[in-house]
Amino acid sequence: MHRKYVIIGNSAAAVGAVEAIRRNDRNGSIVIFSKESQSTYSRPLISYYNQGKVGRESIYFRPDDFYEKNDCDFRPGTSVFKIDIHSCTITTDSGSDEKYDRLLIATGSEPVVPPFPGLDTVSNVRTYTSFDDALALEELISSGLSRVLIVGAGLIGLKCAEGISKKADVTCVDLSDKVLSSILDDVSSDLISDHIRSNGIKLVLGNAVKAFSGNKAELADGSRIDFDVLVIASGVRPCASLFKNAGGLTGKGIIIDDHCRTSAENVFAAGDCVESVDMSTGKYKVMALLPNAYMQGECAGSNMSDTECVFNKAIPMNALTLFGLHILTTGSYTGEVSDDSEGNDIRRFYHSDNRLNGYILINNIDKAGIYTSMIRDRVPLDTIDFGLVRKAPGLMAFGRVYRDKTLGGKS
Amino acid sequence: MKRVYVNEEWCLGCHLCEYYCAFAQTNENDIARALKDKVIKPGIRVEEHNGICFAVSCRHCEEPLCAKSCITGALTVVSGIVSVDTEKCIGCYTCILNCPYGAISPSEKGAILKCQLCSDNTHGSPACVKGCPNKAIVFEERGL
Ligand SMILES: Cc1cc2nc3c(=O)[nH]c(=O)nc-3n(C[C@H](O)[C@H](O)[C@H](O)COP(=O)(O)OP(=O)(O)OC[C@H]3O[C@@H](n4cnc5c(N)ncnc54)[C@H](O)[C@@H]3O)c2cc1C
Repeated sequence: MHRKYVIIGNSAAAVGAVEAIRRNDRNGSIVIFSKESQSTYSRPLISYYNQGKVGRESIYFRPDDFYEKNDCDFRPGTSVFKIDIHSCTITTDSGSDEKYDRLLIATGSEPVVPPFPGLDTVSNVRTYTSFDDALALEELISSGLSRVLIVGAGLIGLKCAEGISKKADVTCVDLSDKVLSSILDDVSSDLISDHIRSNGIKLVLGNAVKAFSGNKAELADGSRIDFDVLVIASGVRPCASLFKNAGGLTGKGIIIDDHCRTSAENVFAAGDCVESVDMSTGKYKVMALLPNAYMQGECAGSNMSDTECVFNKAIPMNALTLFGLHILTTGSYTGEVSDDSEGNDIRRFYHSDNRLNGYILINNIDKAGIYTSMIRDRVPLDTIDFGLVRKAPGLMAFGRVYRDKTLGGKS
Repeated sequence: MKRVYVNEEWCLGCHLCEYYCAFAQTNENDIARALKDKVIKPGIRVEEHNGICFAVSCRHCEEPLCAKSCITGALTVVSGIVSVDTEKCIGCYTCILNCPYGAISPSEKGAILKCQLCSDNTHGSPACVKGCPNKAIVFEERGL
């Protein structure tokens, strides 16, 4: 049977799906719609582009011949405007309809722009989530507009700050008194803020932007900041409205099961647009990160092409480098903490009920994946040498049987 | 596919595998000259504790979490070998965050470093195995 796959979105989740579909089905047709005009690119690389570390031609997530090799009908610059889950049809903004046998929604996330009073009086406002944003910011800065105010000291705000720090005078404001409050605990974030400041970024923490008047920000404590360019990096939210408007089940994101199926028949969803089970807590959560997006996309693609696949190992995880400092975090910070930090080498492990729930490593990140696998596989801590592995990450702590299986190839 | 397997009971902890790996990466002819006064960065690493030792290198997993997690597209599977495009790799270490064996490490050049079964150098098959004096690592097809 000749099957028609329609994919909305063209990023990590979509690529995962295409690669999985083509492993199982060479004949079906795949149509990919993307709002953006570029071939699939790595979103996290936009700050590396601004930094000059990655050239325009190196930002792509897959080689040039990706669509051709995978026989995809790629429709760049085309937004999907409506999904009809009863007639199995999507409608694009230009009004054309497309039927699907299987649909994947991989629409990712969109920046949240809080309704600041006076925002409409500001000139040169950008968000920072797309390659177009990176290009626009580059152009503004190189036209001589050098004072940049970034609202938000989370992952995106700080990556943006790093990306432009050599060319611009950067101030970053956050209402939280800690940087990276969504991925670090209080103890580890102070080290990071000191490091960011020592690299020339002005951090204004625990102080909210109240309003703008022209290119001047008024803060909660009454102070003011003048700027030329404003970057709003106050977080992202899942693009779930297409599916919600179609009558599908959504919470913060599109709700999916462990086969990446949605509430609608033959409709799958993956990536930043979904809410799925965080296996470090067992609760539904939006985990807007690229590895999860790819693996969910792959799982969806597999199931769309009739090869059963379960993906129930999603966890929050971040590998972040800021001004040369490596920060690796995974899981949830719940339970008791074992702190094996020494000086600026931070090693914090959160555990409860004989299981590792999460960890934070700063500076020395060697073999961190061993900890991640302990969370993913819910390894009972009393079956390994937990004290040893915390200080000296390795397979030594796991005992001979595990090593004979994994390294020795014995069953 | 042929892979490097570990016979833990035969490992002497001599670290020669690490030296041969580092040597293979240099693409030079003479091991002494190639490594003299160098701090080596091998893709295979020996773990030692309380008299137990064994070498760990990439398992070339059928379902490689590192490649699936790679945020740039630098890690791909080429004929079964999990391979890194060091030009494309930006050293974000998402793969290190995901490898369950600790088999990927940072390199001095910024990209990551991992075993590619010597498919990326002039040795053609794993130099670590050839250099192991006690068959504590072997390069075999075991139908896995
Ligand atoms: C600056 C920055 C740095 C980041 N750094 C990291 C990092 O270091 N590590 C990490 O794991 N993650 C990082 N992320 C997050 C990562 O980029 C995302 O998790 C990942 O891109 C999600 O992939 P996705 O396929 O779900 O969606 P997205 O990448 O968000 O792509 C969504 C796609 O859907 C399309 N689309 C949306 N709506 C429609 C519509 N109605 N019609 C047609 N097309 C539509 C868009 O054009 C786009 O192609 C970063 C993000 C940013 C912005």
